[in-house]
Amino acid sequence: MHKTSRKPQLIWWVLLAFLPVTVVLPELGLINPYLQQVFMYVGINIILTVGLNLVNGYMGEFSVGHAGFMGVGAYVSAILTVWVLPRQYGPFLFPFVLVAGGLAAALAGLVVAIPSFRTRGDYLAIVTLAFNMIVKSAIENIEAVGGPRGFMGMDKLTNMAWVYAWTLLTLYCVRNFVYSRYGRGVLSIREDEVAAELVTVNTRQCKVLAFVIAAFFAGVAGGLFAHLLQFINPRSFALFPKSTEILVMVYLGGIGSIGGSVLGATIFTVVLELLRPLGVWRWVVVPLTLVLLMIFRPTGIMGLREWRPFIPPGELLRPAPGRQEVKAGAPAAD
Amino acid sequence: MVHILQQVLNALQLGSVYALICLGYTMVYGVLRLINFAHGDVFMVACYIGFFATTYFLTRGHLAPTTTFVLGMMLAMMLTALLAVLIERVAYRPLRNAPRVSAVITALGVGIFLENFTLATLGPEPRHMPALVPVVNYHVGGVVISSVQVVTIAVAVLLMLLLDTTVMKTMTGMAMRAVSFDRTVAPLLGVPVNRIISITFALGAAVAGAGGILYGQAYPIIDPYMGIRIGWWAFIAAVVGGIGNIRGAMIGSFILGFIEIFTPVVLPSSTYRDFVAFSLLLLFLVFRPTGILGQPATKKV
Repeated sequence: MHKTSRKPQLIWWVLLAFLPVTVVLPELGLINPYLQQVFMYVGINIILTVGLNLVNGYMGEFSVGHAGFMGVGAYVSAILTVWVLPRQYGPFLFPFVLVAGGLAAALAGLVVAIPSFRTRGDYLAIVTLAFNMIVKSAIENIEAVGGPRGFMGMDKLTNMAWVYAWTLLTLYCVRNFVYSRYGRGVLSIREDEVAAELVTVNTRQCKVLAFVIAAFFAGVAGGLFAHLLQFINPRSFALFPKSTEILVMVYLGGIGSIGGSVLGATIFTVVLELLRPLGVWRWVVVPLTLVLLMIFRPTGIMGLREWRPFIPPGELLRPAPGRQEVKAGAPAAD
Repeated sequence: MVHILQQVLNALQLGSVYALICLGYTMVYGVLRLINFAHGDVFMVACYIGFFATTYFLTRGHLAPTTTFVLGMMLAMMLTALLAVLIERVAYRPLRNAPRVSAVITALGVGIFLENFTLATLGPEPRHMPALVPVVNYHVGGVVISSVQVVTIAVAVLLMLLLDTTVMKTMTGMAMRAVSFDRTVAPLLGVPVNRIISITFALGAAVAGAGGILYGQAYPIIDPYMGIRIGWWAFIAAVVGGIGNIRGAMIGSFILGFIEIFTPVVLPSSTYRDFVAFSLLLLFLVFRPTGILGQPATKKV
């Protein structure tokens, strides 16, 4: 019988070896603060994108409120560092703070996963949308955390090394999840939920896991974001622009592909930075690109393919190409 | 008591504006199974068309306010219908047979495009819609009814009845229902599907265009981002009423109108209204996902 090895290939060790570089570069002043900032945004966006790809790409659900989870994580971790934990130990406690933010977001993910047992497609999209709106609206109405004015007072604990480490960890966890038994269950839900259930896939368990993992990492990303900007307000986690941005990154890079998410998040973040001189027109160009992308290449750049480093060694089956939802009367796709 | 009745009247007024927008969501969903997230922004464009048209008629054309109101509304309805047909033709039609998610994302994209295009070309400053309906206040047993409210509710109800009759009684309406029922079989029976879908978009947008002018009379400040909030509320109304169902849309809109008006009465601040509305939406989705009048969908194996 063929066995898929969980062991990381060489590339993961190489990527890990770069970790000290991300510590040293800023220390020696070899990289200017602006580039550092962009690098960290790219990392945070990769974490968010890979998480959402798990739900939207691999599971084939349509979650649109990913920034809601990010908001939960950001506020929980920010409150922890500012009010609860002793400030002088901040840098040491930072990973635990991030995990706590992630866990809070994961709890929210659990709540959102429950309606997904009964509804799919459009309705689940609306559930996640409502969740996003409720998170934003709830924070706006809690005066203690500043309401609509936002929350500040965090130390700048996020640095390149932390972002890099969490990005690697996220990618590695998602890769292992996708090629695990549950991951195959998640894929089978995308292909045909009823059939999956008939061959004894525990679809509920798979759905909950996918949602919770995606939410956890979004919460961590939120924590990183909060301690990078040192200021958060409810509008940072609104449906527009944040949730929409994450959606664009997922569909730009390619659904059902970790490599695609890395590519999508990187390209989108960098291009958005480059387009800064356009001012308001930037947000005219971006949605236009999205529409064109959907019309001409709806599966994104990678289009359900995967980069080698993200496929565990010994894995024979690449994720099956998503069955196109062929409507009657339409010419069969591909 | 008088206070409550006064608020009920306000809720009815707001609800009827929501209903006019909500109908566009629900009709498009009924026919195409597409959540047209751009609809709220089409409404915003309608408000701007109404603003420019009525200001022009008043200042350059020297027309009477009432004539301006009627002309402005007709112009806004026609131009928004044209815009919606154009959006359908350019952005949605190529995706008709693609996975549904692609179409929904495209709709989101079109909405964001409309917002920011308006923002980039017309600027972020809010504009003031001219008052066109001569303000007369009627006192009925302590309740003050303004002529604006009467006109808003009357026009809205008239349009809703017209739309309901169109869908239920005419040949075009029957074709729309046929496409909604089965898009594969309908063309076999001679229903021109593309034309029917265009008509659906045009009708929904035209009604939202009328809603734009009416909204501008009641709440005269318009800005590029107004479409988001009002669009979402109309959308919640569509889901609560049962998306795809025209009569459900009307019921849902009035419920949402009541929520918006009565939230500050019950809760400490009006900022809770989004929270209340979206919580209601979530409750409906969990316990009755098909809405008040929607038919439960059966899953075919």
